[in-house]
Amino acid sequence: MKTQRKYRWLIHLVLILLSFFTLGPFLWMVITSFKTFDESIRIPMTWLPEVWQTANYVEVWHKFPFFRFYFNTFFVMAVVVVGQLLICSLAAYAFARLQFPGRNAIFLFCLSLMMVPGQIFTIPHYEIMVKMHLVDTVTALWLPKLFSVFGVFMLRQFFLTLPRELDEAAKIDGAGYLRIYGQILLPLIKPALISLAILTALTTWKDLMWPLIINSSYDKLTLSAGLGLLIGEHTTYYPLVMAAAVLAVWPMLVLFFLLQKHFIQGIALTGTKA
Amino acid sequence: MLQRKRCSRQARREAVSAYLFILPLLLGLGVFNVYSFGVNIYYSFTNKSSFGIPNWVGLKNYIDLFQNEKFYSALSNTFKYVVICVPCVVILSIFVAVLLNTNIRGRGVYRTLVFLPAVTMPAAIGLIWKWIFNYEFGILNHLLSGFGIEKIAWLSDPEYVLLSVCVVVIWADVSTRVIILLAGLQNIPDVYYEAARIDGANSAQIFFRITLPQLSPSIFFVTVMEIIGIFQIFDFIFLMIPRSSSGVSHARSLVSYFYEAAFQEYKKGYGAAITLVLFLIILVVTIFQMWMQKKWVHYE
Repeated sequence: MKTQRKYRWLIHLVLILLSFFTLGPFLWMVITSFKTFDESIRIPMTWLPEVWQTANYVEVWHKFPFFRFYFNTFFVMAVVVVGQLLICSLAAYAFARLQFPGRNAIFLFCLSLMMVPGQIFTIPHYEIMVKMHLVDTVTALWLPKLFSVFGVFMLRQFFLTLPRELDEAAKIDGAGYLRIYGQILLPLIKPALISLAILTALTTWKDLMWPLIINSSYDKLTLSAGLGLLIGEHTTYYPLVMAAAVLAVWPMLVLFFLLQKHFIQGIALTGTKA
Repeated sequence: MLQRKRCSRQARREAVSAYLFILPLLLGLGVFNVYSFGVNIYYSFTNKSSFGIPNWVGLKNYIDLFQNEKFYSALSNTFKYVVICVPCVVILSIFVAVLLNTNIRGRGVYRTLVFLPAVTMPAAIGLIWKWIFNYEFGILNHLLSGFGIEKIAWLSDPEYVLLSVCVVVIWADVSTRVIILLAGLQNIPDVYYEAARIDGANSAQIFFRITLPQLSPSIFFVTVMEIIGIFQIFDFIFLMIPRSSSGVSHARSLVSYFYEAAFQEYKKGYGAAITLVLFLIILVVTIFQMWMQKKWVHYE
């Protein structure tokens, strides 16, 4: 879209203000994390720390099992992503390409589950974990998250766009359904798989309520839940809290910078295919 | 005859494979969605707590719910969040997306910056804003004092606490919605704009006659996502408003109330009843939206 020259500076101005509005809180987090406690509550307020000291990071790292938080978060993310991709793509292939009695009814029923808010399932999930003796384990973090109707719906749309001749040709060559799925169709919907992987990873990364409910030992928490608990204990020591926040947000920001195109495609996909 | 037999054998083989392929999904959904849904309804008619066998209490939880002031305030707060946040997020996202879609220098940088909240966990966002909103040492009160404005207790003053949460929600959500709308904008064919310009349309006319109608499917989708998301608002309230805060009854949402009841007071039967009320609200909203969609959205 071409824009008249006289408006350009105005657009720049608005965008700079907007960027500052988004970036500001992040900057304030980083700046505060390098301040001493005394500096953070000094009146009148000082903008920058006198010395950029890293003591808060050292303290937070020693006080909380951050290494476990990282490990748990990424482990759970990996299991949920791989599990969902596998389970959803298999089902999506069947719904898109195979004929079987009850196909449309089953698919519609699955779709209707998407309308149910997740909190409906929270108490029963908790009780299931109690029965399986999985409360306060890492397994409890990923097990109920493996099954995504949205994932099936999205991948099915992509399978539907592929030409039928692919299946037919492979069938004539003697390939079974599993081969057609795994070796022929799946590689062709790789962009959709990447998008779903990123979306799922982001959802898992952000989830707060479930890990907070199901696990209570510090070494069984994710970054998100770890921050949630920490807030209760050290809420007034903001430089410490901000250092913890920095430690919790940087991995995904780095991933975002590296894979920006895929992130944007992934998030955008939720909108365009609906 | 032979042909048909082979055909049906083939068909049976296909069906069996298909059932095997959807089996893992159906097992998972069966346990974690269908069974769980049923159990949750059952719990809502019992006095289920943390331990012990739940006893059937009939409609008691629902009657308690509708006689409880906390429930009504949570309900009305939730609607306030929706009414305030949804229009703000949607309008702001359209505005930002349109700006980021202009071919202006450095838009890659602007885009990256605007997208940052979309990849940041709410737990961290809540903590950051709690610090910004801090009464005594927060940067917001400090900046406002420069304009001669008295300190405001953003997170405990009943008058401001809900608005403060809204600010954070808007800050966090616009980012994700812009990404979806930008993708929608990029799908609008250039020829429409060229034709309009040849016909002498001005920027406002182009925006209202071309951009907005063409973007309406994306706008509709973003609105639906946002409404359903805000009805389930929890994270920022939980993180920023302590239960001891004097503003908590003015910030508590339905889901916060559910969390408190089920997992802090261990009244799980009562908690289950709250989620069913939430489910019914979302169901009504969804049906209403499906009906609206036909009237409102411009599809090719």
